Amino acid sequence: MKKILECDKLTASYDGSNVISGLSFTINEGDYVCILGENGSGKSTLVKCLLGIKTPDSGKIVMGEGLKQTDIGYLPQHTDLAKGFPATVAEVVISGCLGRRGLRPFYSPKEKKLAQQAMERLGIADLAKRSCRELSGGQQQRMLLARAMCAAKKLLLLDEPVTGLDPSAAADMYSLISELNQKDNMTIIMVSHDVVKSLDDASRILCLCSSDHSFYGTPEEYANSHISSKFIGD
Amino acid sequence: MVDNLRIMFTPEFFMAILLPAIIGGIAVTICSSLLGVTLVLKRYSMIGDGLSHIGYGALSVAAVMNLAPLKVALPVVIAAAFILLRLSENSRLSGDSAIALFSTTALAVGILVSSKAGLTNDVSHYMFGSILAMSKSDVILSVILSVIVILTFLLLYNRIFSVTFDENFARATGVNASVYNMIFAVLTAVTVVLGMMMMGALLISSLIVIPTLTAMRVCKSFKGVVLTAGTVSVFSFLVGMFMSLLMNTAPGASIVIVNVFFFLCFSVAGSLSKGSGRS
Repeated sequence: MKKILECDKLTASYDGSNVISGLSFTINEGDYVCILGENGSGKSTLVKCLLGIKTPDSGKIVMGEGLKQTDIGYLPQHTDLAKGFPATVAEVVISGCLGRRGLRPFYSPKEKKLAQQAMERLGIADLAKRSCRELSGGQQQRMLLARAMCAAKKLLLLDEPVTGLDPSAAADMYSLISELNQKDNMTIIMVSHDVVKSLDDASRILCLCSSDHSFYGTPEEYANSHISSKFIGD
Repeated sequence: MVDNLRIMFTPEFFMAILLPAIIGGIAVTICSSLLGVTLVLKRYSMIGDGLSHIGYGALSVAAVMNLAPLKVALPVVIAAAFILLRLSENSRLSGDSAIALFSTTALAVGILVSSKAGLTNDVSHYMFGSILAMSKSDVILSVILSVIVILTFLLLYNRIFSVTFDENFARATGVNASVYNMIFAVLTAVTVVLGMMMMGALLISSLIVIPTLTAMRVCKSFKGVVLTAGTVSVFSFLVGMFMSLLMNTAPGASIVIVNVFFFLCFSVAGSLSKGSGRS
């Protein structure tokens, strides 16, 4: 198995207090990792460190061969982002190509094709000319996932992708993510609150239990450990 | 009215007063409408307003102390723009109350200083604008600024879109969002100071905000909003300017009224097309 991302003794703080200390884990190509943890356990801080938006206090994040932190496709936590913003779906999706463009000011035909493919893959190609203000919650998440796919070479980082979606749209989103993982061999890191679903779909669980205690292993190991009882009950 | 028209088109008046005003005016309107798109969409609409009041305070102090107005106002307003953008990013301090605090303080200082010194003429120019009194150097500065703003928008268009739409995602793809925010702070500050001389401190924020709001009524795409906002604001400027000369009204206020008129027209058009789309 090829290593795609390694986190080595990572320590990071938020608002002056340590929320992550000495966290180490390794993610291989094709893994589907779910990050669990209560509110305030440092999930968002970890996400920011992985994306390179925040510099850790100590420790390091090593990317696999030929990958940079800007090659991670990122789906941000649900906000009212698209509400009232005048932009077409196509404009939003292609903005994911920004990282690969270097200093060139405009997008090349190749990048336009990439965006088109991402939209087709997620079944939103017919919405390309629509304004993102008019989309439903599920369609908006697909648009943002397509944008993330434009940025991603091999790795997608999804921050609570189903928050705010109705149950059927959430189920669609989950099956789409599993499909990307299995068919397209995309490595997935997903922050989630949905423990049961995570145990079903993921190949690895990372649980940030407290600032100096964490769990990393397979869903079976997690289910059998005493940490999980707090989340899924006995 | 006919007399007004006759005066307007005498070659002397046209070359000496009207042409510089039109060139400088178009330059400033383009800048403010383009920058306005980002400011409005990032919910920084009030920053233009706050900056103009700060600029007013700085210009009054400069006038009283007999210093060159632009040399004092530009650095002060640029510094204020940095601070206000920072405060808006910092969730602990609410940006809009910080703007209110800064702008009313600066306004009060300006009025206090100028009333004490008995200086009201120059200073009231800055309050209400005096586009027909734009000096040659003001016009040149406005044109240079507008070229910089237009080039920035052309070359960095896709990055500006990304930073405006979703700053965190832009950062994750390796865009240095803080640098863009700083560029915006400086360009906005310069535009506000120049626009203030033309439209007055009271009206400049309308030039920043209204064209974008107008364009957003009908446009679905970001590109459409940018292009429409620029076009509508230049057109409103020309119509407003002509109206003010014809009817002897204050130029700044006339331009704002034309802008508002277009906003109302576009709102009606927008809701009509939405209604027909639904049925």
